[in-house]
Amino acid sequence: MKMGNRRIRVLAGLGFSLTFLAVVCIWGSLSTETARVTDFSRVNIPPCLRYPFGTDWLGRDMLARTLKGLSMSIWIGILSAAVSAAVALVLGITSATMGKAADSVISFLIDLIMGVPHILLLILISVALGKGLRGVIIGVSLTHWPSLARLIRAEVIQLRESPYIQIARRLGKGRWYIAGKHMLPHLIPQFIVGLVLLFPHAILHESSVTFLGFGLSTEQPAIGIVLSEAMKYLVTGKWWLALFPGLLLVFTVVMFYVMGESLRKLLDPNSVHQ
Amino acid sequence: MNRRWPVFLLKNLVRMTLLVICISIVTFGLMKASPVDPLQANVGQAALGSMSQEQREKLEEYWGVNTSPVEQYLSWAGDFIRGDMGTSLLYRQPVTRVIAVKLSNSLFLMVMAWILSGILGFALGALAGMNQGRLVDKCIKGYCLVISSTPAFWLALLLLMVFAVWLGWFPIGLSVPIGVEASGVTLADRIYHAVLPALTLSITGISNIALHTREKMIEVMGSDYILFARMRGEKGLRLLRRYALRGVLLPAVTLHFASISEIFGGSVLVEQVFSYPGLGQAAVAAGLGSDMPLLMAITIVSALFVFGGNLAANILYGVIDPRIRRGGTAE
Repeated sequence: MKMGNRRIRVLAGLGFSLTFLAVVCIWGSLSTETARVTDFSRVNIPPCLRYPFGTDWLGRDMLARTLKGLSMSIWIGILSAAVSAAVALVLGITSATMGKAADSVISFLIDLIMGVPHILLLILISVALGKGLRGVIIGVSLTHWPSLARLIRAEVIQLRESPYIQIARRLGKGRWYIAGKHMLPHLIPQFIVGLVLLFPHAILHESSVTFLGFGLSTEQPAIGIVLSEAMKYLVTGKWWLALFPGLLLVFTVVMFYVMGESLRKLLDPNSVHQ
Repeated sequence: MNRRWPVFLLKNLVRMTLLVICISIVTFGLMKASPVDPLQANVGQAALGSMSQEQREKLEEYWGVNTSPVEQYLSWAGDFIRGDMGTSLLYRQPVTRVIAVKLSNSLFLMVMAWILSGILGFALGALAGMNQGRLVDKCIKGYCLVISSTPAFWLALLLLMVFAVWLGWFPIGLSVPIGVEASGVTLADRIYHAVLPALTLSITGISNIALHTREKMIEVMGSDYILFARMRGEKGLRLLRRYALRGVLLPAVTLHFASISEIFGGSVLVEQVFSYPGLGQAAVAAGLGSDMPLLMAITIVSALFVFGGNLAANILYGVIDPRIRRGGTAE
């Protein structure tokens, strides 16, 4: 039953998820035009061979709309994960190396952001920026760093006590030198995994906020908007409008998780020999 | 008891108060930065357009539009502490009353979901942890992965589609039957309307606690004292109840208290789908309708809940785990 050894299977999972995400991204970007076309001769067709996801009440191809929406979500996810990860890395290291005052300020900041339910925080930021695509992107990218920052901080605190850092300190190396030269390389695997595992959260939150009606207009079919439109037509029995886009969204997020887990298995020295 | 214990409590309380104050400042700042014109939002565009310049200036003065943000914040915060949270623009009622009504609806839902997801999540996690690597474990792990990748609102849509539209078992929305007077609503009605939303919230809430419990369980199962108990022939439920349970229960309970924020966030989405008139739906309505007083009040109330949960988690840790109590907060 088992195909290949564990490393090969992990690599296969990684490759598959990467390919899948790339295909969604590229296909979505290519179908911008098809997603917009309305054709009243093909209104409300349930899923069939020609339109695997069916069409909506304006005769738009749901497959194209879903892919377009997903590719947008993935881009927003990548952007916000990158921003959040950078913030988390800097704050996490600063908080663990720059002494007690910096640590308590940053811990306070982390608690502050985690104190407000995430969706509510996104709503607040979106309102503050006047509701729009910009508000959603900025909101999502600025609010995902606390958990990763906490993780990095804990790691650095542990690292700080390890012999080779202690020795470097006794040798008179500066704080920034130690942080950059000795700690950073050690943190990079964890950091990359944390970065990839930020995507699912970012995408889920982005779709949630757009679902609630903040941000993107109906002209730009983000996945949240596709689903919130579907909700209005749910009672009339058009189940395919909600089912397939949602399924594909779930699948995309699962792929990100698989990618993160595979990377973790590959990079974490503890699991190399398993 | 220990002398450090009250200090620990006090420290936590002070920190919590500081955090709430900071959140109120940040919230206020965000609302202030919003491009929505306060005059226009309060009076309405048509009314504002028909006003003379003089009337406008009077209004501006009345609402203190031109005072400094710090003064505005102080006067708002002062009123807030005294219990006057302002008037909601959408509901045309004092914010306090709106929140009281919505919160009671939401709490009903959230408490139900919180308890249900806690119990189920713990049971599943313990089951998976005790059978690590077997089929049960794999199924539960897979379930958790899929659920944590599923947006709560889509799950709500699915349940709504299946149970309310197709099967017609449950109502499509709202928290009480339509066309019945408030006095005629029974508890059964309320429960009946809350089942689907609460179920959605519980399903999504399970994965976090189950995965955490599983990790802990695996850790505990690998320990020496469990090995010893097994050697003596203990197994199954008895092994769980007598040996493993205590070590796993504590972190699970604390985690569950700390996860109130997530249930709160989930309820925003779920309430929106089921048009359940709770706090989350009010928050969305306030956000979309630029109802600043209501939005700010909801933010602070929810932050209070989150911090309350965290505080409870910290205290529980101290009460149950003697190591932490003795170790104090030095770490």
